[in-house]
Amino acid sequence: MKATGKVFKYGDNIDTDVIIPARYLNTTDHAELASHCMEDIDKEFIKNVEAGDVMVAGRNFGCGSSREHAPIAIKASGISCVIAKSFARIFYRNAINTGLAIIECEEAADKIENGDRVEVDFDSGTIKNLTRNEVYKTQPFPAFIQRIIDAGGLLKTIQK
Amino acid sequence: MGMTMSQKILAAHAGLDSVSPGQLIEASVDMVLANDVTAPVSVVEFEKAGLESVFDKDKVAFVMDHFTPNKDIKAAEQCKLVRQFACRKEITHFYDVGEMGVEHALLPEKGLVAPGELVIGADSHTCTYGALGAFSTGMGSTDIAYGIAAGRTWLKVPSALKFVLKGKPRGWVSGKDVILHIIGLIGVDGALYKSMEFTGEGIAHLSIDDRFTIANMAIEAGAKNGIFPVDDVTMEYVGGRVDRQFTVYSADDDAEYDAVYEIDLGALEPTVAFPHLPENTYEVKSAPHVEIDQVVIGSCTNGRLSDLRIAAQVMKGKKVKKGVRVIVIPATQQIWLEAMKEGLFDIFVNAGAVVSTPTCGPCLGGHMGILAKGERAVATTNRNFVGRMGHPQSEVYLASPAVAAASAIAGYITTPDQL
Ligand code: SF4
Repeated sequence: MKATGKVFKYGDNIDTDVIIPARYLNTTDHAELASHCMEDIDKEFIKNVEAGDVMVAGRNFGCGSSREHAPIAIKASGISCVIAKSFARIFYRNAINTGLAIIECEEAADKIENGDRVEVDFDSGTIKNLTRNEVYKTQPFPAFIQRIIDAGGLLKTIQK
Repeated sequence: MGMTMSQKILAAHAGLDSVSPGQLIEASVDMVLANDVTAPVSVVEFEKAGLESVFDKDKVAFVMDHFTPNKDIKAAEQCKLVRQFACRKEITHFYDVGEMGVEHALLPEKGLVAPGELVIGADSHTCTYGALGAFSTGMGSTDIAYGIAAGRTWLKVPSALKFVLKGKPRGWVSGKDVILHIIGLIGVDGALYKSMEFTGEGIAHLSIDDRFTIANMAIEAGAKNGIFPVDDVTMEYVGGRVDRQFTVYSADDDAEYDAVYEIDLGALEPTVAFPHLPENTYEVKSAPHVEIDQVVIGSCTNGRLSDLRIAAQVMKGKKVKKGVRVIVIPATQQIWLEAMKEGLFDIFVNAGAVVSTPTCGPCLGGHMGILAKGERAVATTNRNFVGRMGHPQSEVYLASPAVAAASAIAGYITTPDQL
């Protein structure tokens, strides 16, 4: 599987209150959550994001609350993948469990700039920066997590 | 190689003799928790997956605390969804308005967590129960839906940081100051993926409420869990609340830690975290001057009886500074009742504060005290992210009940000693 899109780049410690402010947590509607995604730090995000686009950030992405609404909002906005230096652990789990692709890659997070076009190949774990003509290699998921993803999410693994 | 306290609890719940950091395990759980924000997502996922039965109706807890008493129609619909599910599945521990409290104050109070148990919750501050020597950690709603159905969860065994606490806190220094100091020291991702294990003779000087506050904010350093050894203080708290068998675990002498920090409790000062990260800490006495509009005393971090007593001690016979709104939120019905009987409400109301029903309310910018653009609040809560208590351009300063109460009187951030 591959995704290609333009990059929205943010800094370190992007927290779940920024990804989806708590004032909108009185719904579980995916499209409605997406419509408020990132609005407290980037009002333009939701206007400009297109299917396939990629989010890039620094350390500790998704820190804060356990709200699954955060990866849901990002995914429903059209973002195909989040690349960061590191992820907060609950966000990491939630992303996998809800099927939002995430990649930990220090080099890519440093070198990719806002607005770059990138192509992510999930099977081989390669990120191509089409704007800068660079390639970054990442770690594939551990087999255990790949199994959850292959099943189509955590709950599918226990369905009859 | 020896195991940490957290690793021992995980090994026991995975049916293994030993585990090591990085290992992926499947473990049985003793309690699964969700609230009115996260449970609806879990319930929808549970039903979408065609699941039918709950693994154990006595080991699931749903607490309606975030937007309750319901702040709007959507919140009411969310609670209704969970209420109906709880009713259909005959969930024993469903707590609604009238019985509920802020979940992480409520579960220990009701004896739903015991030392050595493994608790997962769809709320990041589930790590609070480490105060009782349990392994507890926050997850998302899908993880919790799986936990509710299977009674199991997958975990990656964490490595650990060890915090050796020495000495005795002075004056107005409390558990809140200890944990703010530590987060200031190691940063908001200083313990990412790891356990924070607290040990040392200084622990004897920390009340169980102080320990709840400290474990509660382990997540603010990125930790998977925070955990305290079990001692007389723990046993006294769980005695009379927990009537089932439990096992007390302690770290091996040769357990390995990624780093060891020594904290001299006697050297700590009242501490405040400036916006917009809990790691932006200052000792209050040397912090920049900050005038405030609101004070919130409550939450799963500092809404317990001892917190309210301290705030009342500071506010007794004094008046809140004109122009400052002060909201006191006892964390559970039981705490509310005891605070009332002790006469603490008289002190708060005479000072010019309001006392609310138990709720998360303003802590997450939900209701009951939202900030306008440019306003500043001192709160005994645990997060001061952008927009956490209201407008994206409002500010939250995190502090102890003593500092919050003193600041309410002064109108700016200060300590009781400086009043
Ligand atoms: S009081 Fe605040 S931090 Fe605690 S559970 Fe409620 S919203 Fe979360």
